[in-house]
Amino acid sequence: MDPATRLDQNHELSLREFPYIIRWRDGRCTRCGRCTAVCPVNAIEAAPHVHRRAFSEGGAPNPRAQRVIVHVVRQVTDIDRYCTGCGACMLVCPNEAIEPEYNPRHKFLTYKNKGGVPFRRGGRRNDPAPSTLDQLKFIRISMLTDPALDAGRHEFRIRTLLGRNLPPEALPLSRRGDRLVVGKSRSGNGFIPPVREIYPIRIGSMSIGALSPHMWEGLAMGVAYLNEVEGMPVVMATGEGGMPPRLLKSRFAKYFILQIASGYFGWDEIVHAIPEMSEDPAAVEIKYGQGAKPGDGGLLMAYKVLKLIAQIRGVPEFVDLASPPTHQTKYSIEEAVAKMIQSMSMAWGFRVPVYPKISGTKTAMAVLNNLARNPYAGALCIDGEDGGTGAAYNVSMDKMGHPIASNIRDCYLDLVAQGKQNELPLIAAGGMGKTGNLAANAAAMIMLGASAVDTGKHIMQAAAWCFGDEYNRCNLCNTGRCPRGITTQDPKLYRRLDPDVVAERVVEVFKAADVELRKIFAPLGRSTELPIGMSDALGVANKEIAERLRISHVC
Amino acid sequence: MALDTMKEGHDGSGLGLVLKDLGGEFEKFKGLPVLSGIASAKGLRDLDNYMYAQGFEEIHMWQPDIDGSAPEPETGRRDHYFAKVYEFPQLYRDRAQARQEGLLLEARLALRALGEEDESIFVFSFYPDVVTLKEVGDPLQLGRFFRLQDGSLRAKIILAQGRQNTNYDIYLYACHPFFLQGYCTMTNGENTAFVPIMEFLSSRGFPGYMGYNSDSEVFAHILHYTHRQLGYPLTYYKDVITPLSEQEINSRADGEALRLIRRSLRPLCIDGPNCVIGFTPDGTAFMVQDAKKLRPGIVGGAPGKYALVSEECGLDEALPVRDKTRDFSPMKYDMAIVSPGAGKLTRWNQLSGFKKTPA
Repeated sequence: MDPATRLDQNHELSLREFPYIIRWRDGRCTRCGRCTAVCPVNAIEAAPHVHRRAFSEGGAPNPRAQRVIVHVVRQVTDIDRYCTGCGACMLVCPNEAIEPEYNPRHKFLTYKNKGGVPFRRGGRRNDPAPSTLDQLKFIRISMLTDPALDAGRHEFRIRTLLGRNLPPEALPLSRRGDRLVVGKSRSGNGFIPPVREIYPIRIGSMSIGALSPHMWEGLAMGVAYLNEVEGMPVVMATGEGGMPPRLLKSRFAKYFILQIASGYFGWDEIVHAIPEMSEDPAAVEIKYGQGAKPGDGGLLMAYKVLKLIAQIRGVPEFVDLASPPTHQTKYSIEEAVAKMIQSMSMAWGFRVPVYPKISGTKTAMAVLNNLARNPYAGALCIDGEDGGTGAAYNVSMDKMGHPIASNIRDCYLDLVAQGKQNELPLIAAGGMGKTGNLAANAAAMIMLGASAVDTGKHIMQAAAWCFGDEYNRCNLCNTGRCPRGITTQDPKLYRRLDPDVVAERVVEVFKAADVELRKIFAPLGRSTELPIGMSDALGVANKEIAERLRISHVC
Repeated sequence: MALDTMKEGHDGSGLGLVLKDLGGEFEKFKGLPVLSGIASAKGLRDLDNYMYAQGFEEIHMWQPDIDGSAPEPETGRRDHYFAKVYEFPQLYRDRAQARQEGLLLEARLALRALGEEDESIFVFSFYPDVVTLKEVGDPLQLGRFFRLQDGSLRAKIILAQGRQNTNYDIYLYACHPFFLQGYCTMTNGENTAFVPIMEFLSSRGFPGYMGYNSDSEVFAHILHYTHRQLGYPLTYYKDVITPLSEQEINSRADGEALRLIRRSLRPLCIDGPNCVIGFTPDGTAFMVQDAKKLRPGIVGGAPGKYALVSEECGLDEALPVRDKTRDFSPMKYDMAIVSPGAGKLTRWNQLSGFKKTPA
């Protein structure tokens, strides 16, 4: 018969198995309790320890032992309360007494499947190795034969086109004397697709349910400021679930790309708001896939569905909102997807570009070619494997998906072969700015053939201090307990985040990226248009990458 | 005379000449296509066989009267330098000009493919009333070598470039000026956006958009594409290669059309530094610059005789007696246009249009 308590603790995990180990310094700790209060996963707790203390009293040595009870901060070994390494404890500690330390020899994934439930989290692919994009260098520096431009003095038009461009042969132009005028179309039905001139770095889709109200508001304010004060036409995508009706009907609607995804959440409200909208949205994005969790649906947990979210999405409060992995009505790209693009176009009188977003995939070219033949498709957005998400299974995030660089390159070269490289803009998403090099990653993608890039995770990190990284730090977005107040609907948490400060950071991030883009484009000698497809400017030390992307191998 | 201006500066790497509105022994062959090129003995046999098989009837051949005492070209004297005048094949004699031009292009490309690998044939142009001469070496010495001063080659429009391309290997097909179906340009400068422009042109499905041994070849093809294929007036060439900003477009009467052009032809935007000199099939000559970096370029002269040159000293050499106050150096927004027959010089500006001054 087993004893009531097994003395060997054989079925417990040791702290060595955990990805982060708390370093707590007894001598510095004032026992204020802030760290244990702030920890989003209760990985640390106050605990009594019995210590044996030797002491001596009186003139002559007279050592005696005493048992005292001391209070310590202890890390628990419950796998469900693992330390995520977010560092909130460190942030609130008045005395630098505590910090989590990464344990490279952890065996976390081996054990994180209690109850038969695989590890689920937010964030992006946990792979800290430099991405392909980070390995690319800009090797074409104009010297003498082609003088470099001055990033500070010359005029740079860092703008791109969102929407379909007609082939030159199809432009409805006619000659009147020595002037061209828009008249009858030479071919087709005379339809000129809507095109927006936007900034080539966009804020990618993050929904108002996944993000806290303060975070979303901060992003939106930052985008409005960039447009109206800085003159930078940055647009952001709403993610699935619509946007606040008041904003939708305001003049700011033109800075937003409305996303429709497989759950169609928020669209009842949007459709009803259309007659009252004073501005058209920047575009409509039809989400068919997400780079972080390809082939997986979405789920907004019931506890996140508070009053505001319920109103925007047109659903009751506190119910799970599941978006299926696919659009249930879409059985073919030639038929159903084409119809969906046309329906969305029709909703705004064909004045708004409509384009699909898919996850990076080996089959992207099939999608591309169908869209290339669909005169109403405004672009193709491809979200690579390094894209982020608010919630997914770890296996989807870590092991599923296609790297963005070769996916976009293949699509671009395919369009070049058909002469349609300027007709259907490619938008690259997933991992832009993964290691902080937002502008460099964007410029590299543009030179590989993208017309624009999306940033999501990077803007959360840069503008709202998101703790998440590729060492599985934090990544708690799915739990609703985001310690920064970014991905939570809990007012106690999101009030930590000041929307004004987020907005200010968004502006700073974009202005800095703009300077960096000039610093990249100026020595290249490019200023009037983006260097889309200027692949001769790229080089990489890795020969396989060079061959695959058809760029220079340099070493 | 064009070569004399080169005394004022060249890098000694090569000579390229395109002559249009021919005089001298070509005068009586107006309207008949002239094939210009270089060939080895074997190459010329292959060329003749091909042309015969296609039904072209050779009716005249010009070869330079080579001066044996002049230094030879760097690559050695080649077997044959020639300009052959042909009669169109029977089937094509009454066809529309566009069809005839298509045939000429097809024949030139086939000959190029025939002799490109073993370098037995180089063909530079095949078009009525146009002769092209190209060779590697010092342009002044080459002038003597070909005895260009003897007057056997005469033309009203002469594009001359005293150098080979400088950015890549010296190669005859990389030598300016570049010619395609009556359109011809030569360029000073380097084309930053060469790769996307080349990819865009190559993917238009037009067989003549090929070669690209020099980044400057695209300037001739952009001209051909916008003017001939798309039918835009010549000034739009400038609007395509140096598109105006959104704000500037709003100030133009044809803003709506211009906006569509800028979007649809976005890949053809250049970034310089380039000064492009060229002509169109009707004999209009022009000079444009890129919008930012600019290379030297000046136009001067008087009705009947204009020179469009890179540097003022060249203009002084070519036309020492002229009204220098009428000299014009096109800038960011400008285009200098000389009407056919050196009629008159017109200044056109992207923002303000044609300048109404008597030239």
